[in-house]
Amino acid sequence: MQPERGLEKKADAARKAAMAAFAGATGDQLRQLAQDAGLPLESETMRGPETGLVTVRGRIGGGGAVFNTGEATVTRATVRLPSGQIGHAFALGRDKEKVRLAAILDALWCSDETRPAVEQKIVLPLAQLATRADARKHAETAATRVDFFTMVRGED
Amino acid sequence: MYVAVKGGEAAIRNAHRLLADRRRGDRSVPALRLDQIVEQLGLGVDRVMSEGSLYDRELAALAIVQARGDLIEAIFLVRAYRTTLPRFGYTRPVDTAAMHAERRISATYKDLPGGQMLGPTFDYTHRLLDPELATGAPVEEPEQRDIEPEAMPRVSDLLAGEDLIESDGDLPAGHVTGDITREPLEFPLERDARLQALSRGDEGFLLALAYSTQRGYARSHPFVGEIRIGEVELELDVPELDFPVTLGRIRVTECQMVNQFKGSAKQPPQFTRGYGLVFGQSERKAMAMSLCDRALRARELGEDITAAAQDEEFVISHSDNVQATGFVEHLKLPHYVDFQAELDLVRRMRADHEAENVTDATTKEAAE
Amino acid sequence: MVLAEHITGGFGDPVFNAQSVFRSVMGAIARPGTVSPVASLAGPPAPLSPTAAAIALTLCDQDTPVWLDASLRGSEAVASWIGFHTGAPLAHTPADAHFALVADPASLMALENFAQGTQEYPDRSTTLVFQVASLTAGETLFFEGPGIERVATLAPTPLPRHFIEQWKQNRARFPRGVDLILAAGDGIACLPRSTRIRASEA
Repeated sequence: MQPERGLEKKADAARKAAMAAFAGATGDQLRQLAQDAGLPLESETMRGPETGLVTVRGRIGGGGAVFNTGEATVTRATVRLPSGQIGHAFALGRDKEKVRLAAILDALWCSDETRPAVEQKIVLPLAQLATRADARKHAETAATRVDFFTMVRGED
Repeated sequence: MYVAVKGGEAAIRNAHRLLADRRRGDRSVPALRLDQIVEQLGLGVDRVMSEGSLYDRELAALAIVQARGDLIEAIFLVRAYRTTLPRFGYTRPVDTAAMHAERRISATYKDLPGGQMLGPTFDYTHRLLDPELATGAPVEEPEQRDIEPEAMPRVSDLLAGEDLIESDGDLPAGHVTGDITREPLEFPLERDARLQALSRGDEGFLLALAYSTQRGYARSHPFVGEIRIGEVELELDVPELDFPVTLGRIRVTECQMVNQFKGSAKQPPQFTRGYGLVFGQSERKAMAMSLCDRALRARELGEDITAAAQDEEFVISHSDNVQATGFVEHLKLPHYVDFQAELDLVRRMRADHEAENVTDATTKEAAE
Repeated sequence: MVLAEHITGGFGDPVFNAQSVFRSVMGAIARPGTVSPVASLAGPPAPLSPTAAAIALTLCDQDTPVWLDASLRGSEAVASWIGFHTGAPLAHTPADAHFALVADPASLMALENFAQGTQEYPDRSTTLVFQVASLTAGETLFFEGPGIERVATLAPTPLPRHFIEQWKQNRARFPRGVDLILAAGDGIACLPRSTRIRASEA
């Protein structure tokens, strides 16, 4: 059985968050951060990078039975570092170079020696960027929130 | 009858070249860039993604350019491209309650947790053409308001406590989710397969059907329980990882339509629901979809089937604009042999008809 | 968790490798009994053979449940390798399988246990891939049917018990029935359901 949302093991949760940060970044962001971090990026490609589809699923009424809504493009890659460490990456869209780099970063994250650098120099800045973008969008949406007020009519 | 006919190669080649020229238009006007289309014609891009059934903004923008802005042609291009890609799997169902909402309104509850947020809507605009847009005048930054993010439960969950509204649509345990892209359509369909077809269905067709239900063709008295637009996260289970991997976010529009229901032998009077979930910001489409979904539940709810919008085979078989355009537009392709045969037939019928008339006239004359 | 050995050995050039194997399979199935060469393009974990693996990489995907015989099921690496490279799920029963990979044909259950398709959709049947040691060292079989001008011969080994009788029954179910790919070290031959087999020259 698949683990339910939120019940993954702690280490998995950290890796999942790092992979999510890579997937959510633009190709340019990821390339720039990886270059600035000075991490060793040599690797051998085991699969991909290749673009395919995932079928997006929803639930009837939001929480009921599952149905298929449509497809989305996804690119995936698997690489192996000279140390033998394997890394995987998946991201929406068709940016193959970004996804190959994300797989390398995943492999580096999985290696104890390089994990702190990946966390510090890549995952953290990406998370901060994402938080800022979300906060801004939230504030812009919040400005369109309707504050209802009721006119008192007649006598009670 | 189909007969292979050769010829016309040069004409076709030159027609394609002419198409490329006309598509580009006056060379002194700068060529459109895809990012301009993605950024500034976003709702057209969303429509192509939703009816092309492929979430990829740049591809949809490319299709729009290639199709010279003909959205149905663009949808066709996207559908064709889709078939060239391998499929990696099915995502986990998106959780719309956890949406990063950019718009959220309800017509049934004024004060609902999370509030009503208008977002970037055309509603309340005056529908007066704005000449300023033609001048490229600078646009103000949006206002920001500092409110702590609040949870935004779905309206249906609020009503559910009282049992006055049906629960989210469930299908029998062990039901395997239908996939109309994998199995041929066989009627009657389950609601899951219907929703998949509606989600990629033609907006105009669904809109007209939805309108017909309001005008009395299928009794309905709908309220918008809730519309929300925003980004949801996609997750995919893959064998090589022990956790569902996050793919990124997509923007979707969800509509919960609430309908009065007088009850039946099986069910007490309560509110029933129609559901819409569409790629991108496509509010009209999501609303039309939810109205059609509800109308198509007539059989399940024991209602009389009296109108087109309730007829599953009619609605689903004709909702796909790629199929529809293919069948209608194929009529312009050569049917020379077909037509010759028909011409021959009509000539013979005509001759028989005339011969009969002559006989009739002669008989009549003789009788007189 | 997937180990490195489950991941190495995919196609070096997925598009062109798959196209060349597909061309071989198509040729072999169109001309039953002839041997089509298949280059060694895949490096799967044992006991999956490189030829059978190349066929799996070419034909299997997310939508094609694959059944593994007991000898392949015994290796965790084989299932992981197929899952990683093709995305194909494992079939729970032979009747659910779109493809069946068989490393030990001599111990295979009867062919009638696999999906036979329906009268309306005869294509919904299992395509079996037998890993054979040789296409020439066994007992000579004589083939007739569509795609064969007069008679074709082949001597594959090993084969399931009572293979000729089983194939006769398979032929009798036409248009239903299974199709067979015989994967040897350096080439493949096919037996579509339309082919008749005789043990001796008429």
